[in-house]
Amino acid sequence: MPKLYTGAEILFKCLEEQKVKHIFGYPGGAVLPIYDELKNHSSVKHILVRHEQGAGHAAEGYARSSGKPGVVLVTSGPGATNVVTALTDAYMDSVPLVCISGQVPTHLIGTDAFQECDTTGITRPCTKHNWLVKDVKDLQRTIHQAFEVATTGRPGPVLVDIPKDIQFAKAKYVSLKKEKKIEIKNKNRFNQIDIDQLIELMNKASKPIFYTGGGVVNSGPKASELLRELVALTGFPITSTLQGLGSYPGDDNQFLGMLGMHGTYEANNAMHDCDLLINIGARFDDRITGKIDEFSPKSKKVHIDIDPSSINKIIKVDLAIVGDVTDVIKSTTKTLKKKNLNLEKSNKQKISKWWQQIQKWRTKQSLNFINSDKIIKPQHAVQRLYELTKNQDTFITTEVGQHQMWAAQHYKFNKPNRWMTSGGLGTMGYGLPAAVGVQLAHPKKLVVDIAGEASILMTMQEMSTAVQYNLPIKIFILNNQYMGMVRQWQELLHEKNYSESYTEALPDFVKLAEAYGCVGVRAKNPDELDEKIQEMINVDKPVIFDCHVDQAENCFPMIPSGKPHNQMLLGPKDQEENKITGKGKALV
Amino acid sequence: MAKSKSAYSIPSKIGKLETHILVVWVDNEASVLSRVVGLFSGRGYNIESLTVAEVDQKENLSRITIVTTGTPEVIKQIVLQLKKLVPVHKVANFKREDKNVIFKEMALFKIVGNSSKIKKVLNVCKKFNPVILDQTNKSAVIQITAMRKEIDKMTKNLKSHGLISVSRTGAVAMTRGAGIFN
Repeated sequence: MPKLYTGAEILFKCLEEQKVKHIFGYPGGAVLPIYDELKNHSSVKHILVRHEQGAGHAAEGYARSSGKPGVVLVTSGPGATNVVTALTDAYMDSVPLVCISGQVPTHLIGTDAFQECDTTGITRPCTKHNWLVKDVKDLQRTIHQAFEVATTGRPGPVLVDIPKDIQFAKAKYVSLKKEKKIEIKNKNRFNQIDIDQLIELMNKASKPIFYTGGGVVNSGPKASELLRELVALTGFPITSTLQGLGSYPGDDNQFLGMLGMHGTYEANNAMHDCDLLINIGARFDDRITGKIDEFSPKSKKVHIDIDPSSINKIIKVDLAIVGDVTDVIKSTTKTLKKKNLNLEKSNKQKISKWWQQIQKWRTKQSLNFINSDKIIKPQHAVQRLYELTKNQDTFITTEVGQHQMWAAQHYKFNKPNRWMTSGGLGTMGYGLPAAVGVQLAHPKKLVVDIAGEASILMTMQEMSTAVQYNLPIKIFILNNQYMGMVRQWQELLHEKNYSESYTEALPDFVKLAEAYGCVGVRAKNPDELDEKIQEMINVDKPVIFDCHVDQAENCFPMIPSGKPHNQMLLGPKDQEENKITGKGKALV
Repeated sequence: MAKSKSAYSIPSKIGKLETHILVVWVDNEASVLSRVVGLFSGRGYNIESLTVAEVDQKENLSRITIVTTGTPEVIKQIVLQLKKLVPVHKVANFKREDKNVIFKEMALFKIVGNSSKIKKVLNVCKKFNPVILDQTNKSAVIQITAMRKEIDKMTKNLKSHGLISVSRTGAVAMTRGAGIFN
């Protein structure tokens, strides 16, 4: 008779076979059998968070920086509901997560038992798929399928709900190799004809642009390498979404910077005026497109995406290529080389006018700001942080708001998986726990969370996690005492009625750091900034850096509401000349 | 236009609406219907009617027939979103006007009245394969199969003929000829 294992043992056997090294979790009544089993599996390290949302974001940071799925373990009821924000965040930003939740015993399901909730019902709209395991015999197959679904196609979160009696019940375990391969949904469908058409379009174009997104990062490091080759080969300009930053070097001359609402003047104008737009792994998000009717009106549009439902969802395209970014770029480059088109030389001539135009836009220097020697400008703080950390392989996470945009604008990334931010859902409180996850995946690397003082208070408790596991994350708070982005919109659109966007009582972040057992650093004027940043980097402990910045600073450039890409609002100077009109207010 | 301070874009013009019938083959497992319906409600798509039943016990397959309205872009999006669901095997999409597809709905009518009245009702329903499922000396339950609009019309017309209760299904669909949808 084959050996029988408990549900809890089977779960760990699956995790071991999936080569899971870390799980982020929080115990509770309905997962106790799993926690009991933890001690027998030394290859799986459990990270005890302080709130289940933190577990979810930490797993996201872990996944985005390592390319491996993040694993979360929570209890039933509140454990599961607390992780919903993180699951939704991962769903919007296509991050592979596997969440295991405990559930009340099968016979109590539906009776409003203690800590019972309809976990699969609640998480159905925020996962790629979820399962309630009602028979221990299904457990093994379900767990492996969960990993499969989370990591293939367009990645995303999944959840497996395991009732407590299933964790105790026994069944056989068959090693994964012997199990027949699980059927994978949606495979690549593009063919050579698509690639030939793309190259045809590229040949004809005189004002082309690449618009790349998180799909390039999700496709793996190889995709970024191939992208660099393709961009060099074609000589085309390239812009990136918030999530795509790092897949192409931020300091390269062909890179126009980020596009969209707070993108650069040159990137947005190039998007508007181009005659060929090649979208690689991005999804025409509303923060990118601005006014849809006037989005890139003169261009042929190509969309490369692994998810067919992303294509023609918002913007109608002329050529759709469904496939993994790596495969599509590989075929494209191969064909380009085979045809020996030598685009680099022939195109340079053809698109040189286009580059001249781009250079003109560049002279606007849209990321410029008026610096001060009395008060720290937040942009300056990010620039100094970049200058002082660029010599090492640094990982940046952010919260959500003005600081996030300044980080995206002024911190330049050269490699993928170095930039973790909540783009789709825009979750304040993402950055700190994400940094915990990143640091675990990359123990020796410098991990900085560029934060705002309002966001950081939402998941502050995870500092305690960082201290427990000796994770020397750096929390770099741009402290303006306001919910900065809310304040900015109120200033620009709501007649400076700063309703509830000012935090009257803030903790002393330096003392708070000390209370958590980490190091607090404060910078109040530009003279001491460099020295303090250096101090932060040099400490081999978690640090909270309280950087007091200009309270009134706004994030520019900005596509004002109701305007297309080519009508951007630039810094304070330009603003005097272009006031936002009434209709525009709708769009921010 | 009134001043809007919404944080999002103003809706652009809505295109012409079409009615489509979607046939969805799914694994017959717990919560599969909720996934399909949740997709519609979550993304703001319409459901005019929905019919679901297991069609293959061995393969454990159910067939869901959904009548929906939307612009052609929205309909395409619905199909693609449906195909992403893990338990969904395939999705067929037909225009309601499609001549190559048969659409049928079934309705049960409870008529109160004497036999001559019921005879009259049967006569009115003649075109829609009326079947008497139950009859007493002062009532009858009549089953008809027809298109949605025809049933709508019958329901209206029979009010004056003693119709006191109506129960109806959603549409089911099948292509004409020997071929099947793959």
